[in-house]
Amino acid sequence: MATQIGRERLLAHFRTMARIRAFEETAERLYNEKRIPGFVHLSSGQEAIPAGVCANLAAEDRLTSTHRGHGHTIARGGDIQAMMLELFGRQGGSCGGKGGSMHIADMRIGMLGANGVVAAGLPIAVGAAHAAKLAGEPRVVACFFGDGAVNRGPFLESLNWAAVHRLPVLFVCEDNRWSATTPTRLTTAGPGIAARAEALGVPACAVDGNDVAAVDYLAGELVASVRAGGGPRLLLAATYRWSGHTSADAGAYRDPAEVARAKTDDPLRRAARALGGLGVAAEELAAIESDVAAELAHAVQLAERAPFPDPAALYTDVQDIGAPTARVPA
Amino acid sequence: MSRMSFVEATRQALAAEMRRDGRIFVLGEDLGRGGVFQQYRGLQAEFGPARVVDTPISESAIMGVAVGAAMCGARPVVEMRYLDFTLCAVDELVNQAAKLRYMLGGQARVPMVVRQPIGLWANCAAQHSQSLEAWWVHVPGLVVLCPGDPADAGPMLAAAIRADDPVVLLEYKELFPVEGEVGDPTLPAEIGRARLVRPGSDLTLVAWGGSVREAAGAAELLAARGISAEVIDLRSLWPWDSAAVLASVARTGHLLVAQEATEVAGFGAEIAALVAEETGARVARIGAPRTPIPFSPALEAAYRVDAARIAARAAAFLARHR
Repeated sequence: MATQIGRERLLAHFRTMARIRAFEETAERLYNEKRIPGFVHLSSGQEAIPAGVCANLAAEDRLTSTHRGHGHTIARGGDIQAMMLELFGRQGGSCGGKGGSMHIADMRIGMLGANGVVAAGLPIAVGAAHAAKLAGEPRVVACFFGDGAVNRGPFLESLNWAAVHRLPVLFVCEDNRWSATTPTRLTTAGPGIAARAEALGVPACAVDGNDVAAVDYLAGELVASVRAGGGPRLLLAATYRWSGHTSADAGAYRDPAEVARAKTDDPLRRAARALGGLGVAAEELAAIESDVAAELAHAVQLAERAPFPDPAALYTDVQDIGAPTARVPA
Repeated sequence: MSRMSFVEATRQALAAEMRRDGRIFVLGEDLGRGGVFQQYRGLQAEFGPARVVDTPISESAIMGVAVGAAMCGARPVVEMRYLDFTLCAVDELVNQAAKLRYMLGGQARVPMVVRQPIGLWANCAAQHSQSLEAWWVHVPGLVVLCPGDPADAGPMLAAAIRADDPVVLLEYKELFPVEGEVGDPTLPAEIGRARLVRPGSDLTLVAWGGSVREAAGAAELLAARGISAEVIDLRSLWPWDSAAVLASVARTGHLLVAQEATEVAGFGAEIAALVAEETGARVARIGAPRTPIPFSPALEAAYRVDAARIAARAAAFLARHR
């Protein structure tokens, strides 16, 4: 598969995945050192899916994400500095410090938002596609969600709707095998996620979600058929969540052997091996990783020194009509 | 001015807005057949099924699709069929529509209208009759409108459509067939202004939606007993016209808020509390008992906050404090 997508494209994927990995490892460290407020949901181990899918999106396309959304934003070309400022709750953050990790969005790149509610992104993605179709705009919407989301009603409602209206949506299920702290297989009946999608009128394809070249190749085919007006498709990408559900969750309920085994199937190392086979020197990959490390260190340094939002910002961007005001003490 | 029903005024306002702005589309169940109350009669024939969308019975998707579409430049008008069914789409309305602009730091707006036919109607019992306006007023980000007169029905819908905020439009089912003198139903109303229904000097009676008629009826009954009640139709619940209410209470010295909704923790409590805080005036409220809404006409009659009950509550309130 690596030879099919080519050396330059694979190298670009390696850089994207390295940036995601570095961002997640940095966020985890900042959380553990109590330097950022709130929690973060980390996507380490799942980097190949956003990297492979987003490489197939055009400038006018859009995407929705999940609570575990850093990778989607980075793969779409989001501003890492603004993301880091948002994690710190500072001015200049992606959302001005009002959203935090779980609500990072960047409308300039069609990134409609991470979301704190499982499966909430699905109807929003379908709505974005519905609006595009209504306006006659040739846009595709990539809709990321996890395996836990397929047990919520909006999964059924959204896939059905997209199929009825033949909307340009690529549903991407990142199957990391865990619904928060419960194995998804223990709470999910029936013949599987792909079969569920097919039953709702959405053709599904499964892929090894840790093989970035395979994800890229298959996503490319699916995006092309969605863009051509073929209606929605679902990409079911098998992967594994290396971390706990949140940064506060050590994941002690998991068999350490299961985690260790999953980590041997590292999407970054797999891409590195494939690149080696294509004649890319290990030094070149090490240089990329060191570039990325420097980028993240710089982002943290600036974010930690940035000012917090002015308290008056509490009241802005709520609504135009009936906007809130600070109540003057009697 | 012409004689027109509440529902016809809304239909004309929606059609005029859709002719004006091609980004507007309507989505809900059974709209091609006109909708439950014929609010959409003839609109699919004029605008086609792409702009008047017959949706699956998927309230989460109806609301969530509207959210996504609104973020991306469309102007959706959602029909929830009955307010009660909005409860199948509360995540999409409360966690998404109302908060996205804020959570995203102002990067996106969610200009959508959510029409929710509200209140008692045709003995439909506990799951098709509720008045839950207080739920929506409690949620930052939402605008909440509740016309109480055919003359306001069209202008408030037009104003809701033109707003850049998510707007919940509560339309009392019992008002849909009511006829009245209507100006231009397509002219957008000014949001946040109350309407003086009847001047008075002894008591300020505040109501909205279907309770406006009952409050006006109560004022008639009170007049026969020598009590002069001023009736205010709030029209907009968020924002609400506190200045108009405070000015009235400054003259009358007494406030009674009448609502069809459950009295406990209703929106009337908010009005009463603010008036008490700001003026020290005597305040009272009347609403439904804290029971599910019953089916039997005899039980529904016992439940309903009608003109006679409002008048009796007003008289007792004044007798105690005069």
